Amino acid sequence: MRIESFLERPLGPALLGTQPSGAVAVSSRIRLARNVRDLPFQARMTETAAAALLERVRRTLEHPPEGVAPLTFFALDDLTPLARRVLVEKHLISRELAESSPAAVVLSGDERVSLMVGEEDHFRLQVFAPGFDLKSAWALADRLDDWLEAHFEIAYDEAFGYKTSCPTNVGTGLRASVMLHLPGLVLTKQIGGILPAIHKVGLVVRGVYGEGSEAEGHLFQVSNQITLGPSEEEIIDNLRGVVEKLMEHEEKARRLLLDSMPVAIEDRVMRSLGILRYARTIDSKEAMNRLSDVRLGVALGLIHDVSREMIDALWVMTQPAFLQYTARENLSAERRDARRAEMIRRALRPAEPNA
Amino acid sequence: MLCENCGKRSATFHFTKIVNGEKTEMHLCDACARERGEALSFPGDAFSIHHLLSGLMPSVQTPGTARPPERLACPTCGMTYEEFVKKSRFGCSDCYDAFKEPLGPLLKRIHGVAEHGGKVPRRAEPKRAMRHRLQQLRQALKAKVAAEAFEEAARIRDEIRALEQALGETKAE
Repeated sequence: MRIESFLERPLGPALLGTQPSGAVAVSSRIRLARNVRDLPFQARMTETAAAALLERVRRTLEHPPEGVAPLTFFALDDLTPLARRVLVEKHLISRELAESSPAAVVLSGDERVSLMVGEEDHFRLQVFAPGFDLKSAWALADRLDDWLEAHFEIAYDEAFGYKTSCPTNVGTGLRASVMLHLPGLVLTKQIGGILPAIHKVGLVVRGVYGEGSEAEGHLFQVSNQITLGPSEEEIIDNLRGVVEKLMEHEEKARRLLLDSMPVAIEDRVMRSLGILRYARTIDSKEAMNRLSDVRLGVALGLIHDVSREMIDALWVMTQPAFLQYTARENLSAERRDARRAEMIRRALRPAEPNA
Repeated sequence: MLCENCGKRSATFHFTKIVNGEKTEMHLCDACARERGEALSFPGDAFSIHHLLSGLMPSVQTPGTARPPERLACPTCGMTYEEFVKKSRFGCSDCYDAFKEPLGPLLKRIHGVAEHGGKVPRRAEPKRAMRHRLQQLRQALKAKVAAEAFEEAARIRDEIRALEQALGETKAE
């Protein structure tokens, strides 16, 4: 597959889904950090050795793993800086990888899988799933890891587990995370109390865009902090338990909002929909927050002619690099805000009234 | 306060950078901050324990530390323990063995434990099984010796030696 196919669409087919859990949980992700035993880690890596590793990966893809959409190898050096930024916005690569050279990413055609080569660790394997579904993401990541291990001697120690570049990833090398849309908890001002509580149980919460309770679009990512000690299943179970509670709280908060202030909530989501449908210029932050309102409105059954998937796509489509890429010209900040408004307007255009 | 980059929108990101004791402040609006890549705006990049790491390391300079490990160095890649503390990054997989001693306490501080309990790569499985068998045999040997069943004990001892050799562990008796 050509890189343009990945850059032109906001969400890969693997992330399109209408799971009920998607009303709160946008997507789930499993990441595994792995290194080749006899190669120096990033801190000591030479350019020649890194280039040789990329070549080995490319050759290994001649024997692809089973049960995965076709994989394509992209050397980062062959991608423009803009293309790399789009991949970062889509979370297909990390910002660190985007700035690494020589480095590469192997993408599955459906965007379920992204294998970064030459990041902080030799391999950073990511598997995505729509909604709240760590289980299938882990099952696939585990299988792909077996495939990787069959072709590369992976650095491993009985006591330390998988040896990683940074001691915060050692052991399982696993980072499991769920992206949550929590407007209910933010609007009812409960989020401030919940975030510190989550830190206490060994998990990390952060805004996907922006920090803390100021998180734009009310999007939060919850992930495990500890990688050494518990098994992969235990880490995922622990995260799953907390995420389930969070989702329950969020649903409760949404119902509370709707029951206690139905007019105010409807007004809020409809106003935001109106602005998104008619604004001629809009900055990224306002767009994110208005889209959050509309997503809430869809979940509450107040808005019927917009799909949740459309909002999730717009979250990516309105990011700066994606806008720039699809505009096919260099946009100034002002032009970008106008272009953003135009894209949203087109995507959310109301249906023609029936004659 | 207006964004110091575009001068139009209000500044919502306030950064303080301290480089070599020199403090610089930056005030940017959201859009400009993101453009500059200064905003901690995507997962994996936000402030986390990652950034506190060198503070957790058993310091090389702290006086009174039982045995400062600053002279430790990895024989394979040459990374010193001091450099590891500074960068919070290992140089190669052998660094783990070279820094084993100070590493235990560090991993405990980060993870609460210092022992892996998760997946075992297929390649490592035979070795693990061998170790398990070795432990069993050693116990059996003791039992046989205690029971004065010397013939069987000798057979077990031979098996233990063979396993130890296969594992590359020769134990002085």
